[in-house]
Amino acid sequence: MTLTPLATDHPPEVASEKVAPFAPPLQLTEEHHLCPGCGHPVAWRLLMEVLSELGIENRAIEVVGHGCYTGIAAMADIDAIQVLHGRAPAVATGLKRVQPEAVVMTVQGDGDMATEGLHEILHAAARGENITAIMLNNGVFGDTGGQMTATTVLGQRTKTSLEGREPANHGFPIPLADLIGTIEGAAYVARGAVNNAGSIAQTKKFLARAFETQMARAGFSFVEVLTMCPTGWIIPTASGPDYVAGTFEKTFPVRQIKSALG
Amino acid sequence: MATTLMQGADAITEAAINVGCRFFSGYPMLPFTPLLESMAKQMGKRGGVCMNASSEIEAVNMALGAAAGGARAGTGSCGQGIALMQEAIAEAAMNEVPFVVFNMARGQQDYFQCTRGGGWGDYRTITLAPKDVIEAVEHTQLLFHLADTYRAPVILYGDYLVADTFMSVDPAAQDFGPVPDKDWALDGTRGGTGASRLIWSWDIGKSGRPGLQPDGQWKKVADKFDAVAATEARHETFMADDARYLVVSWGTTSPFVDYVVEELRADGVAIGAFRPITLWPFPEDALRAATEDAEAVFTYEINAGQMLDDVRLSVTDRHKVKALGGVSVDYSGMRQGELLSVGAIRSALTAAIAAHEAARS
Repeated sequence: MTLTPLATDHPPEVASEKVAPFAPPLQLTEEHHLCPGCGHPVAWRLLMEVLSELGIENRAIEVVGHGCYTGIAAMADIDAIQVLHGRAPAVATGLKRVQPEAVVMTVQGDGDMATEGLHEILHAAARGENITAIMLNNGVFGDTGGQMTATTVLGQRTKTSLEGREPANHGFPIPLADLIGTIEGAAYVARGAVNNAGSIAQTKKFLARAFETQMARAGFSFVEVLTMCPTGWIIPTASGPDYVAGTFEKTFPVRQIKSALG
Repeated sequence: MATTLMQGADAITEAAINVGCRFFSGYPMLPFTPLLESMAKQMGKRGGVCMNASSEIEAVNMALGAAAGGARAGTGSCGQGIALMQEAIAEAAMNEVPFVVFNMARGQQDYFQCTRGGGWGDYRTITLAPKDVIEAVEHTQLLFHLADTYRAPVILYGDYLVADTFMSVDPAAQDFGPVPDKDWALDGTRGGTGASRLIWSWDIGKSGRPGLQPDGQWKKVADKFDAVAATEARHETFMADDARYLVVSWGTTSPFVDYVVEELRADGVAIGAFRPITLWPFPEDALRAATEDAEAVFTYEINAGQMLDDVRLSVTDRHKVKALGGVSVDYSGMRQGELLSVGAIRSALTAAIAAHEAARS
C-alpha cells in the first residue's frame, strides 16, 4: 500500500490541526508500548470511547488477561484486575455477582480466551453471565513471539507452524464468535475488525451494543475484534490490514451474529 | 451460648455466613461435597451466591473475583481438586486478594500441599487444622478474619470427620476484632476520577501512579509472610508438663492421640501431646520449648510422615524424633484406615517407648 500526497500548489491558509486529541477519554497517557502496526491500541481506544460515551466509566471494571494488551490496564483510568491466563470470565463472574451494579468486562486475546481459556468463556456464556467479554483476535500468541493459537487460520505461518497451519497436523481454527452465537445464554454476539475506518466504526457500535446488553441485564455479551499483529505475522507490516480483509475474514466473517435487544 | 446439633458441613456454612461470607464456589468432590451442598442450600436465602462451578480452576477464580470485589468469599475441594487451584491460590497471595479455601481432604492427607503449596513464588498459606467440628466453626470464622487482616488466601484443613460428624456447636459470629478497610477492592466507581484501582500480582500501578513493580511487590509479600510466621503460630499441649515422651499429631488425629496419652498417664507413663493448630505457620518455637526436656519425640500421622520435616526442623536434637503411624486408608480412599484408632495408636506408642527404654538400659 502506498500513500499518495494530496495534490496542492499552495500552503493551507490556516495551520492544520488534529481532528481530535490523540489521547481518548480515560486514557492516562498518550504513549503505549505496542508495536507500530498493531491493531490492539485501536481496539483499546474504541473501548475507552464507548465507556465514556455511554457514561459508564464510573461503573466499569476490566478483568484483563495475559497478552500484549495486558499493560494497557495500567494506562486506562478504569478499575481493573489482571488475572491468570484464560481465567478472566471466571474472575469477572465472581466480581459481577457481588457487584451487580458494576459493568464488568473481560479483555482477552485469542491465546488467552480461545486457547487457554475456552472452558471458562463457554461456561460463562452458557450461564448467561451478565458480563461483556472482548476477544482481541490476531491469530497468534503475539506476546510470546508469534506462535500458533486456536484461531490461527489455515495456511497462516507462525513460529510453531512455519510452513503454514495445515489441518492434518494442526487441526482447524475455532471461530469463537460463531460458536458462542449457538449458545442460548449468549444475548449479544458480534465480530468486528480494526483494519480500516469502516470496520473501526462498525466495531465501536458492536462494543456499545454489547455494553447496552449488559446494562439491560439481558445476558452474556461477546465481541470478537480482529486485529493486526505486525511481529507475529510473517508478512510485511504494512500489509496487515489487507491480510485481515483478504485472509482472516474468510475464516472469521465480520458481522453481528446475535442481538437479544433487537 | 446456644448450641445446636449440626453436621460439620452445615456448621461451617453457618459459621461462614454469620461472619459475612457472601460468595462460595465449588465443584463437587467427596468429602467436600456436603459443604458445597450446604452452601448452595443456604447462600441464596441469606443474600449470598453459591456457584456450582464447572471446574475447580473456575471455582477458585470465581472466588478470587468475588473477593476482588470486596466480598468475603470461599471455595474448596479435597486435595485432588485443590491441586488444580494452586496457580490461583499463589496468584491471590501475590496480588493480595483474600479468601478462604476449604480442603476436606481425602485419606491421603494434604499436609504437604497446604504447607508447601504448588503455586509460584514466595507465598505461604495460613492453614488451620481443626481437631473437630466445634473447632472447625471457630477456625472458619478466624480464617475470614486472618484473610482480611493479611490480605491473603488461607486454608481450613478438614476431612470427612470434620465434614460429616454431628456435634453441638454455636456458630454465632465471634468477634476477632477489627480488620483493615478494603481500600484496594474494586467496585468500578473510581473510573475517570484519576483514582481508579489496579490489582495485579506485579503491582505495575496506573500510568502516573506507579505501583511497587514486581520486585517491590514480591518483597512486600515475602516480608508479610515473615511477619505472619512470627505472630500467628498456634498450638495446644495436653498433659505435656514433665513429659518424658511427647507425641506430636495434628488435625482430627489428635483427639485419638490425646485419649491414648490420658490412658498411658493413668498407667504411670510420663507422656504428653503437642498439636500444631496452625500447620502454617508451624509453631516451631513452642515445639522446641516443649521438647527441650523430653527424652523422645514421637510423631503420629496417618500418612508417610508429611509433618515430620517440620518437627525435625523445630526440635533442637532431631535425633530424638521418631515417626509413627503411616499410610492407612479405607476401601474408598476417602477415609482413614485402621491406624486411626485408639488401639493402633496405643500399640505404636507402647512399642516405641519400650524400644526407647531398651536402648537406654
